[in-house]
Amino acid sequence: MVGWRRLVWLIGLIPLGWLLLGLWQNTLGANPVERMIRFCGDWALWWLLMTLAVSPLRRLPGWSGLIRFRRLLGLLSLFYALLHVSGYVVLDHFFSWETIWRDILKRPYITVGLMAFLLLVPLGVTSTRAWMQRLGRHWGALHRLIYPASVLVMGHYVLMIKADYRAAFVYGVILAGLLGWRVVSVVVRSG
Amino acid sequence: MPFRWNPELRPEDITPEELFRQRRRFMKSAALVGVGAVLGMESLEAAETSAPLGEVRSGVVTLNEKQTPFADASGYCNFYELGTGKEDPSRQADRLVTKPWSVLIDGEVGRPGRISLEELIKPHPLEERVYRMRCVEAWSMVIPWVGFSLGALLQRFEPGPKAQYVSFETILDPERLPGQKRDILEWPYREGLRLDEAMHPLTMLAVGMYGRVLPNQNGAPLRLVVPWKYGFKSIKSIVRITLTEQQPVTSWNAHAPGEYGFYANVNPAVSHPRWDQSRERRIGEFLRRETLPFNGYGEQVAGLYTGMDLTRFF
Repeated sequence: MVGWRRLVWLIGLIPLGWLLLGLWQNTLGANPVERMIRFCGDWALWWLLMTLAVSPLRRLPGWSGLIRFRRLLGLLSLFYALLHVSGYVVLDHFFSWETIWRDILKRPYITVGLMAFLLLVPLGVTSTRAWMQRLGRHWGALHRLIYPASVLVMGHYVLMIKADYRAAFVYGVILAGLLGWRVVSVVVRSG
Repeated sequence: MPFRWNPELRPEDITPEELFRQRRRFMKSAALVGVGAVLGMESLEAAETSAPLGEVRSGVVTLNEKQTPFADASGYCNFYELGTGKEDPSRQADRLVTKPWSVLIDGEVGRPGRISLEELIKPHPLEERVYRMRCVEAWSMVIPWVGFSLGALLQRFEPGPKAQYVSFETILDPERLPGQKRDILEWPYREGLRLDEAMHPLTMLAVGMYGRVLPNQNGAPLRLVVPWKYGFKSIKSIVRITLTEQQPVTSWNAHAPGEYGFYANVNPAVSHPRWDQSRERRIGEFLRRETLPFNGYGEQVAGLYTGMDLTRFF
């Protein structure tokens, strides 16, 4: 079963590999910096949605084994989010902290995006078995931060859009479904 | 045999225009593929873009900065009629039909009317002018445009005493232009200038770039270029020019008035809710460079705005 997890890890690195290949072969278009940052951000969002999809899907008959990939998917999301944020700091603004600080204060999509990232970091840090044991029952409560983080991620995505909301609508519906399922299942269980 | 009216011809025998155009498009691309197969892919590209421009006076406006490669200037575009992604317009460029083309010139002019593109261009010697192009999204290019002063064109139609502004419209063709099938912006795309901005010698109508006919994705066959304003002011594929007394409605301004002003002069001192405007990424460069007031054309154009609060009229 460890073999499967290793496979998912390797699959998770394919987008990064594609990006590095594109950089090397100079096929990332006229604005490679923008392309790289967008690409990593998109993948961070997609891995996050996949992470959130594990709990509903594992209720399906025969899908319970999916749970063993959940941590991995979450870490992949954080990994691409880290690349996304580093891309913004290093490639887009080359450590111009003054500009970055102004961005955080003035531009809501940056503010919200940074908040989402800051919520995801502790989840990654405490994803090890040792942290799980140390935190005990608080671990589960802490990791529910993924819900507000996912809403903030969606906000970051929507606020960035100038005019064409098609893709955001699709992701928004998927996220609403994934979070809605949780609300419904809590209500059903307590009712 | 002389042509004779065929009384047996019924309405259903006539090929609908759209189908006719589709066939033409198919035959054109089939022909190009054939040519490409013989001459190689590079020739295919050339066949599509190297239509002759006639005589061009080069060096009319020069710039001592490295020109953006043609592939980048024609491959990385904002032209929402052809898709909202940066590479959509070049991919879907053949959705825009530029022949035949005419422009309606109306409003406060002495000689209003519709004029074919050929007639519109004919009296104006073509000039090459190398301008900076600064997008509101904080990237920039250096592009050698080919065209002529808008002012010279407007003079031909005799602006009336009430004319204060010039309004422009892009072609409206939702049947063919994929972006116009959805209400991303209110179509057709509209832009406008104050008459004195329109008459300024730097303001030009372009019919080409890099010595060739404008690629469709760059606004063929006729576009505006106003180098001291953000790129969205430089409206593409113009079909109508109207002189007006009132300040005209412009597309991005109507879409988000807090973000995109009517004037939209490049101004590093006026912040934008989305992009830091103090610096820009020149396409092809890694580190951002400082954005210049009026995109570096302040000496020529700042006088148009004396006494105006440019943080209010942004």
